[in-house]
Amino acid sequence: MTVTDFYALVGVALFVMGLSALILRKRDLQRILGLNIMGTGVFMVLVTSALGQGQPADPVPHAMVLTGIVVAVSATAFALALSLARERHK
Amino acid sequence: MTLWWSTLCVAAPLLAAVLLFIRPKWMAGIALVAVTLVLVGALGLASVLHDSGPQFIAIGGWGAPLGIGWRIDGLTVTMLLMAGIVGWPVTLYAHGYFGGAAAGRHFWPLWMLLLTALCSLFLSNDLFNWYVTLELLGLSAVALVTLSGKKAALDAAQRYLYTGLVGSLFYLMGVALIYNDYGVLDLAVLREVTEPSLALWVALGLMAFGLLVKSALFPLHFWLPAAHGSAPAPVSAILSALVVKGAFYILLRLWFDLVPATLPDAVSLILGGLGAGAIIWGSLQAIRATRLKMLVAYSTVAQLGYLALFFPLSESGQWGDAALTGLVYFMFAHGCAKGAMFLAAGNLQRAAGHDDLVSLAPTAQALPVSMFAFAIGGVSIMGLPPSGGFIAKWSLLNAAIGSGGWIWVAVMIAGGLLSAGYIFRVLSLSFSESGDEPEPGPELVPVAKSSEWASLLLASIALLLGLNALPMLDLLSIGLPRAG
Repeated sequence: MTVTDFYALVGVALFVMGLSALILRKRDLQRILGLNIMGTGVFMVLVTSALGQGQPADPVPHAMVLTGIVVAVSATAFALALSLARERHK
Repeated sequence: MTLWWSTLCVAAPLLAAVLLFIRPKWMAGIALVAVTLVLVGALGLASVLHDSGPQFIAIGGWGAPLGIGWRIDGLTVTMLLMAGIVGWPVTLYAHGYFGGAAAGRHFWPLWMLLLTALCSLFLSNDLFNWYVTLELLGLSAVALVTLSGKKAALDAAQRYLYTGLVGSLFYLMGVALIYNDYGVLDLAVLREVTEPSLALWVALGLMAFGLLVKSALFPLHFWLPAAHGSAPAPVSAILSALVVKGAFYILLRLWFDLVPATLPDAVSLILGGLGAGAIIWGSLQAIRATRLKMLVAYSTVAQLGYLALFFPLSESGQWGDAALTGLVYFMFAHGCAKGAMFLAAGNLQRAAGHDDLVSLAPTAQALPVSMFAFAIGGVSIMGLPPSGGFIAKWSLLNAAIGSGGWIWVAVMIAGGLLSAGYIFRVLSLSFSESGDEPEPGPELVPVAKSSEWASLLLASIALLLGLNALPMLDLLSIGLPRAG
């Protein structure tokens, strides 16, 4: 197993862990964290693909991950705001 | 010119959104201008297509693999037209619906952002760009669902948000795997370089799953009825008519450009089977619904099933084109008809203060224009001539009969009958006896005339689509995607 494969496998493992937290946990904060862990797993798989054998790293996956992080931050902020709004209704 | 027209479709609603955020004045006016410009851009692109065929644009001169490429063919332009044509009456309606209410101040910029995301989704031809547009579409859609601020709406919005994010992440995981293997994101390039391999199947499976969740194909529809049913009426119309079609559009593009011809038959049969399940299950739930908006929302679940029936039919050689025509026409006609039904339902709900079907009869009789709009939309949903829904179902049926897919024929006919079941349930409200004297009971809240006529306008478009099908079919056939 190469280093790249290892990173990719860890990424997939994070994805599955985040997904199971999202499904199994009941509290909003835990589920939002689960979503973020899922996203981190995907980003890890993406970054892995930048690694070329002996060549300079491919910049495109980095650009994608940066965009992905921006999306994830906005989605998280929104999810937290929504969770607070629901809290107020209780 | 192509660049100008297509940029107009994205820039107009985006500028409008920014303007509406910083200066909430003449809100409906600015939004109406932006939607009109989207429509103008789409018509401009249609004329370019007629003159010089399908177009590829590298934005800013940066083409694939580094930049973002747009692709404009008959399918793109038909979808853009759908967004503009459904968007116009909805905008008009929302003006009357929200009036000066606080919820309206948030509605306008969010609706414009949603339209921006949708238009750039239809124009894109790049796996990662689709991820970004899907997220923009999803986030603005969820924000729109929360507008009423009621608990049911917030709960539905949260489920919608989580499900949508999971769908996007599955899709993005598939994109990551594809980039790992091929180092390309542009669909036109990928089409040339992909070869059937295990990695490609896994990637496609992940992407398809994510997109099916987002387009609410049975049994992944669980988030849809509550979200569409508890949103304000103009938002329900936008969600059911346009947003679910966004994810399905990407699925369709992948189907043609990325799925290898060696796809086992079982996969398309399963997709078709899920579609059949959606038609039956969604229709039965609509027949059992106790609230008018839930009825219309479950009808959306059922109608989305027809979209999935396309996959087994598209594999049938010469009938594939007929199936694709039927499918795209179906998306368009369903957008208009379902939009009109949600708008009309919103009028009834606004007037009565609730949407419980059992006690809605006096309201229905007091709002003949809205009921008429609902009826015309219903005619298209049932697939009766001369509506757009008829042309769509006729093409799909033709493809099914021609290719000998009798089971799909049976499902489509059963679906038509079941939809008549729930639509007549609503229409019967107009004719039920409530005694000779008008009941003194419920005080009706007045409904804006513009909202009533907007629902009728959208319903009439669904009807016109059937009477005037040829120009649309011509447009659609330009650069018709083919599998392989």
